[in-house]
Amino acid sequence: MTIHLNGAERIVRPGTTVSDLLADLGLTPRGIAVALDHVIVPRSAWAATVVTVGARVDVVTAMQGG
Amino acid sequence: MAELSPASSGSPDPLVVAGRSFGSRLILGTGGATSHTSLEAAVRASGTELVTVAMRRVPQGGTGGLLDVLARCDVSLLPNTAGCRTAREALLTARLAREALGTDWVKLEIVADDRTLLPDVVELVDAADQLVRDGFVVLPYTTDDAVVARRLVDAGCAAVMPLGSPIGTGLGIRNPHAIELVRDAVDVPVVLDAGIGTASDAALAMELGCDAVLLATAVTRAEDPAAMAAAMRHAVVAGRLARLAGRVPMRRLALASSPSEGLVEP
Repeated sequence: MTIHLNGAERIVRPGTTVSDLLADLGLTPRGIAVALDHVIVPRSAWAATVVTVGARVDVVTAMQGG
Repeated sequence: MAELSPASSGSPDPLVVAGRSFGSRLILGTGGATSHTSLEAAVRASGTELVTVAMRRVPQGGTGGLLDVLARCDVSLLPNTAGCRTAREALLTARLAREALGTDWVKLEIVADDRTLLPDVVELVDAADQLVRDGFVVLPYTTDDAVVARRLVDAGCAAVMPLGSPIGTGLGIRNPHAIELVRDAVDVPVVLDAGIGTASDAALAMELGCDAVLLATAVTRAEDPAAMAAAMRHAVVAGRLARLAGRVPMRRLALASSPSEGLVEP
């Protein structure tokens, strides 16, 4: 199924959780925040939150900035 | 005028914001550095204890390791809401930062357009109010307007951060009088943010009564960032000492510093 990850389409297996998605991306949890359809998913809920078809997932971190 | 604070951070004259003490009165923005090596050298040379970061989508290929660099430097993080145009966007960004970085401190920045990057103060006051209610420690980047500064403090901001001139211009403090009015209008720390070009600008900010200086471009885009960071470190200390020392009043005519009596006559 297709989701929108950071503005780009991505194919994931049905039943994929936020934790699964981060693991697929090779990301460790430190310094990361996730929003699902513009609502923040607390890290305590990552393992139990399933990404649904067509979901807009934003994964953000700290970058250089003033 | 700011008073000497008790030595709660080990420094004889710490910057105190929302009950937290910092030995350095220089806050460094990390934007504009050409490499992590260059940034780390600048952060260390600046002596800063607080640096700003932006929140952005993770690029393909990973997070890039900025947080590792800053952890090595043992500095606290002040996430910003740079790029946000509305209170709604700023709220989401601040909440993402809190979730990602585990801090409820935020540099609130809402700009009106790309050409000037001037703060949109209507959105700013609205966002500040909502973020304070949500438990954030809010440090807003704002105009050099004493009335807006007071509104921000009324909303519960922990500091106000007026601009010296537009972001990235290096034009220095174009209206020192306005900065003094902001200083007089509020009883929270005033941080001169944006426009600093060189060390004398940072010293002037402190001489005008600001409690700290926030700068990025002046260091990160200098020919030698680490050397400029060291210059800024000393400039902020010098300006602070001069402010506390109490400068002489300006005069129109000369005042001899040597005695007028006892001169040997031919």
